[in-house]
Amino acid sequence: MPVEKKYETPLLDQLETGEWPSFVKEIKAAAENNAMANDLLGLLEQSYREKIGHWKHGGIVGVMGYGGGVIGRYTDLPDKYPAISHFHTMRVNQPAGWFYTSEALRTLCDIWDAHGSGLTNMHGSTGDIIFLGTRTEELENVFSKLTAAGFDLGGSGSDVRTPSCCCGKARCEWACYDTMGLTYYITNRYQDELHRPAFPYKMKFKMSGCPNDCVASVARADISIIGTWRDEIQVNQEEVRNYAKSGLDITKEIAMLCPGKCIEWDGNEIQIDNSNCRHCMHCINLMPKALAPGKDRGAAILVGSKAPIVEGALLSSVLVPFIKLEEPYDDLEIWEVIENMWDIWCEEGKNRERIGEFIQRVGLGNFLDAIGLEPQPEMVAFPRDNPYVFYEEYFEEEEDQ
Amino acid sequence: MSDAQPKRLTDIGPPHYQKFLPPIIKENYGKWKYHEILKPGVMVHYSETGAKLFTVRAGSPRLLSTKKIRIYADLADKYCDGHLRFTSRHNVEFLLTKEENIEPLIADLEALGHPVGGTGNAISSLVHTQGWIHCHSAATDASGIVKAVMDELLPYFKTIDLPAKIRVALACCLNMCGAVHCSDIAILGIHRRPPRIDKENLPKMCEIPNLIASCPTAAIRPSQYQGKPSVEIDEDKCMFCANCYTVCPALPLNNPLNDGVSIWVGGKVSNARHEPMFSKLAIPFLPNNPPRWPEVTNAVKHIVELWLKNAKKHERIGEWIERIGWPKFFRLADIPFQKEHIDDFKHAGLSYKRSVHLTYM
Ligand code: HEM
Ligand code: HEM
Ligand code: HEM
Ligand code: HEM
Ligand code: SF4
Ligand code: SF4
Ligand code: SF4
Ligand code: SF4
Repeated sequence: MPVEKKYETPLLDQLETGEWPSFVKEIKAAAENNAMANDLLGLLEQSYREKIGHWKHGGIVGVMGYGGGVIGRYTDLPDKYPAISHFHTMRVNQPAGWFYTSEALRTLCDIWDAHGSGLTNMHGSTGDIIFLGTRTEELENVFSKLTAAGFDLGGSGSDVRTPSCCCGKARCEWACYDTMGLTYYITNRYQDELHRPAFPYKMKFKMSGCPNDCVASVARADISIIGTWRDEIQVNQEEVRNYAKSGLDITKEIAMLCPGKCIEWDGNEIQIDNSNCRHCMHCINLMPKALAPGKDRGAAILVGSKAPIVEGALLSSVLVPFIKLEEPYDDLEIWEVIENMWDIWCEEGKNRERIGEFIQRVGLGNFLDAIGLEPQPEMVAFPRDNPYVFYEEYFEEEEDQ
Repeated sequence: MSDAQPKRLTDIGPPHYQKFLPPIIKENYGKWKYHEILKPGVMVHYSETGAKLFTVRAGSPRLLSTKKIRIYADLADKYCDGHLRFTSRHNVEFLLTKEENIEPLIADLEALGHPVGGTGNAISSLVHTQGWIHCHSAATDASGIVKAVMDELLPYFKTIDLPAKIRVALACCLNMCGAVHCSDIAILGIHRRPPRIDKENLPKMCEIPNLIASCPTAAIRPSQYQGKPSVEIDEDKCMFCANCYTVCPALPLNNPLNDGVSIWVGGKVSNARHEPMFSKLAIPFLPNNPPRWPEVTNAVKHIVELWLKNAKKHERIGEWIERIGWPKFFRLADIPFQKEHIDDFKHAGLSYKRSVHLTYM
């Protein structure tokens, strides 16, 4: 149904010019026949004028039986912009690797045109398909059509958030394990934890196939699974020479920048002291045709990264230095470790304490004790430099009676 | 709308990705040998089977109408047997088996206003958040700044000749839905006024013990208002993190006079050469100046250009600054160094200079 244009948007109009694709054009396109998108345009122009947002702090809405997947949203100016008095977000679990057929995309568009604002994010920063804005009474309609089409909602709140991964073996020669396969497995293994928040706070999984970490798992996931290898880098000396011939300065651009200082180039052959290789990917990135990760491939598992809220930002740190990640995934020992981690975090964690903060608070050593893992030197950048050691036991002199 | 309701399914999980993979990917899954970047935004992956897969990557505003998604779908039908994907930084990628389709596809994308690029040593799209389009917490808008910044940085999207990759991200408040804290350049919305207390509604909307516990600096204390339990805020202790607002809607921090943008530099996520690093504060505050935020776009452009001029090959912004040292960065960038640059949260002491490895020129 065409919507009559109601709003002058002189400020937003200025963002229709310039060469980068314009979100204002997208909202205007949707607004031609969607009243929600049209009112969003009016509201956003007002925000641009006043330099302040016009959204209220959420609201608890969702689909029956799920505690996550919908973010409630209401404008604080419902009389002025009635079509967006409700404007809830739905998070739709993306297919691993973000591959689609045109047919699948059209199905999603049909659902959202019938029941929502016609606006999306492809994708949210966690990875979901974001359906941006609908009314409470439409949530079940969207949900039933989604599931009929084979899609389900993603996570929100204190649950397992939608796992995401790089494209891995689908298109990357460096993938050291099947990121998409493992992501699909994890998402299905933890459907209950994903849809029904029961943790102290959110819990994110991200899977990258190699240390380039294209999904930023080390910075954005409570559980970061990063592919790596533990044997020798595969070398094709002929192709190395070809790179040199084509102008790559192997000494300066590769050997001198290698953090392990373990590469030598004599003008004819490259020698890598693999025992000192840090698996940083630099040499491989620069000579993809000549070098490749080794054949004994798997992943390192790191835990605990997060954005600043509540106690400050963290990067993930090593929990498992190397693990083979091959099918059948059911048989991997890592699920027990992860589920032990959740148990102790659920028991001892404070409300809104991410697992990284929890580990900082109780100490990694105590955390390892609790989940039954042995300390390993790979887990620290360096051993403590502070001599205040908490020993838990001491010898007592024999009482002389 | 009188749609017949289908049977209610739950917990089915996402569709299996294999349903959406093009045949060439199914046949060569795990068999890719190496790749080349043919030109900005165009890659070819070679398989050990001899197959070749071409990828064309285009920028996107991330906020997409269903109309635009349908156009993407049409392009995928026209050139890629209906196959496409999106990237972790919100670009769209078309997957081609026919090399002769590359140029016509690029022409269509450029005509549509979606530039092709973002591969290799270039800037890619900005990971970003919701801002005034959808969030109550926002200290600034997200999409507007991203658009204004990318209009300026577009030449660096359409190249592969920068010293290294550059990853820019934006979050409109410290919640950091974009998890921007490990970016070469992070644009971060900040509040600068302690929350105002909506005393009338607070007891109705919020659990006071939870609220008090939510503040990382213990700035919130119990008090009374008209005989009912309430809270007061020790404003000197407030660091504007909005944790309290997240748990209690009666403590809004948004304020047009004080909200704005900060700029952080030198973070990275990949392990290549240097280990991952957090971004560090470069510019504590810039005003919100919609619709194009000239102060912010100029600052970002200035830092990018400084890096281009001074970095050695393969140095990300953080690696470059680590080599020259932060004092020299501030001198070169002509950014005044002030109290706000010095950390005063936990572990602040670890950021103090604890040696005389200093530069004076
Ligand atoms: C009108 C009442 C409220 C509304 C509409 C509301 C809405 C929201 C929304 C939309 C989010 C973002 C969720 C996400 O990103 O997944 C959120 C986060 C959160 N809210 Fe509320 N909220 C309300 C009240 C409360 C109260 C009373 C508490 C605690 C006592 C609370 C605790 C939280 C927490 C801990 C988060 C962070 C969860 C997360 O990001 O994982 N909220 N809230
Ligand atoms: C009601 C307000 C909020 C809105 C509208 C909002 C929106 C979003 C959206 C759309 C995403 C991407 C989700 C996805 O792809 O599944 C996201 C991710 C994220 N949110 Fe929020 N959010 C809100 C509140 C919060 C709060 C309160 C916090 C922190 C306490 C938070 C922290 C994050 C983080 C760190 C991410 C990025 C995670 C990642 O990189 O995987 N958000 N948010
Ligand atoms: C370069 C060295 C270090 C870095 C980058 C670092 C970083 C951090 C970060 C980001 C946090 C979280 C901050 C927060 O929750 O507010 C943290 C927490 C913590 N760190 Fe460190 N840290 C370092 C060294 C140390 C050392 C040497 C110790 C002890 C000897 C230590 C003990 C702790 C403790 C106990 C916590 C938890 C604090 C709490 O829960 O309040 N850290 N560290
Ligand atoms: C239980 C804690 C400690 C005790 C009882 C202790 C005791 C001492 C004593 C008796 C001296 C010799 C003083 C003198 O020659 O007049 C000394 C010197 C010193 N201590 Fe400690 N110390 C402790 C912890 C530490 C720690 C944690 C550090 C550093 C991290 C430290 C660093 C030093 C240094 C740098 C010197 C001077 C060494 C020199 O002159 O070369 N001490 N300490
Ligand atoms: S993380 Fe590694 S394996 Fe995954 S896409 Fe990036 S480079 Fe390839
Ligand atoms: S992967 Fe990194 S550490 Fe290992 S040899 Fe190559 S450059 Fe050196
Ligand atoms: S970063 Fe902050 S303001 Fe922006 S969408 Fe997330 S919670 Fe909202
Ligand atoms: S904004 Fe943060 S520091 Fe300030 S009162 Fe709220 S929780 Fe405390």
